[in-house]
Amino acid sequence: MMRAAGAEAIAAKGWLRAHKWLLARRVSQLGILALFLAGPWFGLWIVKGTLSSSLTLGALPLTDPYLLAQSLAAGHVPYREALIGAAIVVVFYLAVGGRVYCSWVCPVNMVTDAAAWLRRRLGIQSAKAPSAALRYWLLGATLVASFASGTIAWEWVNPVSMMHRAIIFGVGAAWAVLAAVFLYDLLLGLKGWCGHVCPVGAAYSLLNFAAIPRVSAAARERCNDCMDCFTACPEPQVIRPALKGTGSPIIKAINCTTCGRCVDVCSKEVFRITTRFDHRRDSHEQQALELARGPGSRDARPAFEHSRAG
Amino acid sequence: MTEPDRSDSKAASQRAGAARRRFLLQMAGAAGGATVIGLGLGVFSRQAAALPASAVRPPGALPEDRFSGACVRCGLCVRACPYDTLALAELGSTVPTGTPYFEPRRVPCEMCPDIPCVAACPTGALDRGLTDIADARMGLAVLVDQETCLNFQGLRCDVCYRVCPLIDKAITLEPQHNKRTGMHAMFIPVVHSDACTGCGKCERSCVLETAAIKVMPIAQAKGELGRHYRLGWKEKEKAGRSLLPHDVLELPVRRPGGGS
Repeated sequence: MMRAAGAEAIAAKGWLRAHKWLLARRVSQLGILALFLAGPWFGLWIVKGTLSSSLTLGALPLTDPYLLAQSLAAGHVPYREALIGAAIVVVFYLAVGGRVYCSWVCPVNMVTDAAAWLRRRLGIQSAKAPSAALRYWLLGATLVASFASGTIAWEWVNPVSMMHRAIIFGVGAAWAVLAAVFLYDLLLGLKGWCGHVCPVGAAYSLLNFAAIPRVSAAARERCNDCMDCFTACPEPQVIRPALKGTGSPIIKAINCTTCGRCVDVCSKEVFRITTRFDHRRDSHEQQALELARGPGSRDARPAFEHSRAG
Repeated sequence: MTEPDRSDSKAASQRAGAARRRFLLQMAGAAGGATVIGLGLGVFSRQAAALPASAVRPPGALPEDRFSGACVRCGLCVRACPYDTLALAELGSTVPTGTPYFEPRRVPCEMCPDIPCVAACPTGALDRGLTDIADARMGLAVLVDQETCLNFQGLRCDVCYRVCPLIDKAITLEPQHNKRTGMHAMFIPVVHSDACTGCGKCERSCVLETAAIKVMPIAQAKGELGRHYRLGWKEKEKAGRSLLPHDVLELPVRRPGGGS
């Protein structure tokens, strides 16, 4: 029987603080959907269109750059709005981190998170996920397929735009694609779709090298190797260099989605979301003291004496 | 972490070799998988890009083979349409998924003079070169069934003609002798492709259970003369005289029923 990741964090910090970033992300994901839905549902037209391309308040165009790249590969030169829209999206995600799209915007994240959660609950161990490099090959292959076929190739299967369009314009059979993604993540590949297959996320990861907000394993001395962060993280390979290395504690890997789940599930408060320039490391003694005194901290023992429960 | 001893270095290099092999194998697997998926997508997208005859693209839409490379399926044209004519194709319908279309028999195009759907398109899948809605060529109306069309029965239905936004240009009524009664005229609705925009008002309002006049994609609806083909009377009109000397050609007179 698997121990639920984050159980210690809930015991140590309380449920709310152990789900702070998760809740913030759900608010962001649902809030963005609400902005798109306010028009068709209540006649309040704030954002028109879909994540593929949209117009906010009749002034701000936004276009998915990966989609536009495929359109260009297909031989179509789009109008200026779409180019400007894609440029705005590129600049925005360069600043906040490309894969912030995955964890804070993309609606499919809720589907794959649900699959990962259920997988842990049911103790499903199968690991048939393909290499995490598949997404980059797929990114290239879809561009080649777009060039060869003259169509926007990935849009024939893209669960991201299908789900978003289904919610805003009508469902059709899109639920089947989402069910397939859900079952794939649940039964076959651990964190398979978002972490190994999705070329949309792969495209956004290419904009993730200069992100200002970053997760820092600032208090890594306190780590008690409970592995909860690795269990909860959608891209667990990004944690090790920062957590177990001797260099900067900042997680700079381009596939960190800055979801903050490691911050949530860590009972030792090893992680925090900060900026990429913040190389401070919380010193061991000072942290132990803080932890002993800290308000809301129920675990008064210094970290170095703490042994892993269960 | 401890540094491996010198005695361990061989084992370490073997381990590294195994890891490298594993890595290369994984890469090859991923590349192969992506290639297969890409190929499948390429082939599938060519097939799936075909538009069924019942669906019509919005005004200004690029030809279908270019449309599916230009349309990002955002739905801004659908939002701009004031008459709920346009819809985005749902997955599983026969129209390529997520692309805008309309079915004239359900809701035709009202031919807004400012063409808001074209103005809303951010990519140019709907071409802003279209500035006069009368120049739109969404499809072409075809009177597909003379056996049920009421005007072909000698009745004066005329509805398709009356509702046509380009009445007397896109649809005209051509009088013909009514052979059944021997004494009446039939007024035959005739569509003219040089004016018909394919808005579908005629199909929408056809009074039959199933419309006898339908908007079809132009490629399906329209024939094309061979480029070498010359119509004698037109050449004559252009030249102002017959291009053939009178005694060069003697043509047999052919009549139905074999008489001559």
